[in-house]
Amino acid sequence: MSEVQIDAAGHAEPSFSTKLIWRTFWVLLIITVIELALAIIYYETHFLPKHFLNGLFIVGTLAKAFFIIAEFMHLKHELKAMVMTLVFPSLLFIWFVIAFLWDGNSYRDLRNRYDSHHLEQSKTPAAKKPGME
Amino acid sequence: MSQAVQAGQKLWGGGKSPYNVEYGKLMMWFFLMSDAFTFGAFLISYGSIRFASNSWPDPNHVFKTFPIVGEMRVPLAFVSLMTFILIMSSVTMVLAVAAGHNNDRKGVMKWMVWTILGGLAFLSCQAWEWTHLYAEGAWWGRNPFMNIDGTQSSTNFTNFFFTITGFHGFHVFSGVIINIIMLIMTWKGTFERRGHYLMIEKAGLYWHFVDLVWVFVFTCFYLL
Repeated sequence: MSEVQIDAAGHAEPSFSTKLIWRTFWVLLIITVIELALAIIYYETHFLPKHFLNGLFIVGTLAKAFFIIAEFMHLKHELKAMVMTLVFPSLLFIWFVIAFLWDGNSYRDLRNRYDSHHLEQSKTPAAKKPGME
Repeated sequence: MSQAVQAGQKLWGGGKSPYNVEYGKLMMWFFLMSDAFTFGAFLISYGSIRFASNSWPDPNHVFKTFPIVGEMRVPLAFVSLMTFILIMSSVTMVLAVAAGHNNDRKGVMKWMVWTILGGLAFLSCQAWEWTHLYAEGAWWGRNPFMNIDGTQSSTNFTNFFFTITGFHGFHVFSGVIINIIMLIMTWKGTFERRGHYLMIEKAGLYWHFVDLVWVFVFTCFYLL
């Protein structure tokens, strides 16, 4: 927030740094390329366990989200009160994700336990359709 | 008229703008917040259904084609191109906003044109991908792909894929329309007369949000 420019309505707007924009671009690109490389390597060779990779993908995604919001959307350079007004409601997502994935998992467990027909069906390999694959 | 807040001043005593942002920009942030929860609800219900399924199709297998080249040895190549296009157009958008801060009308126009072209390129890619998947037999209610373990897959995969990427594509489309309107207003000198380019900034927030959502769609559908 070094250079501050006052707009017509009297709001001080911190100016954008072109250097910072390009740095953010490279960070986003590098994270994406690493994620893709790991996905492709996994597809070809099954290198590293999938659960570990999924963890890495989620961390990479959250990092990218942070950089887009903080730098491109410029939220990092706003007042703290403004940042907190947006960050606190977003914390609901933590509950949102955990509760619903937990519920989906519990539904699968219960269905496998009590619906043996479904369990058997979901373990039977499907006949390959001609022309498909 | 509100005054800029200096560091260390009491924010809530009145007479000052406590958030130090313009009304429209604050409302754009609140709109994006609600939109984030809409997309969040979509993606979380997708995750919930996926957790409730014993098996699921392999994205590396489903998304392995590239226009003209056909089937590539490298899966996900096409979607990486789409991701790159969208990140790039986000960069040109933020450069337009930066040019607006310097009241540089020509700069704003140049970068807005690039942003619009990026948005159109992304939409074209998505149109190709949808057409290709449709030709393979995938659509709402139809799923030609097997689960990763070779068992019969339900239509949940295609239903979620087309609904969520469709909803995102609709956001990209409306973003392109908004950007075109902003370009015309810049060209006509509306913002120059107004003395500031805050409208470009608000359109920019929307455009970055579209990029932000794509980051999550990309992870949920193509990587996980």
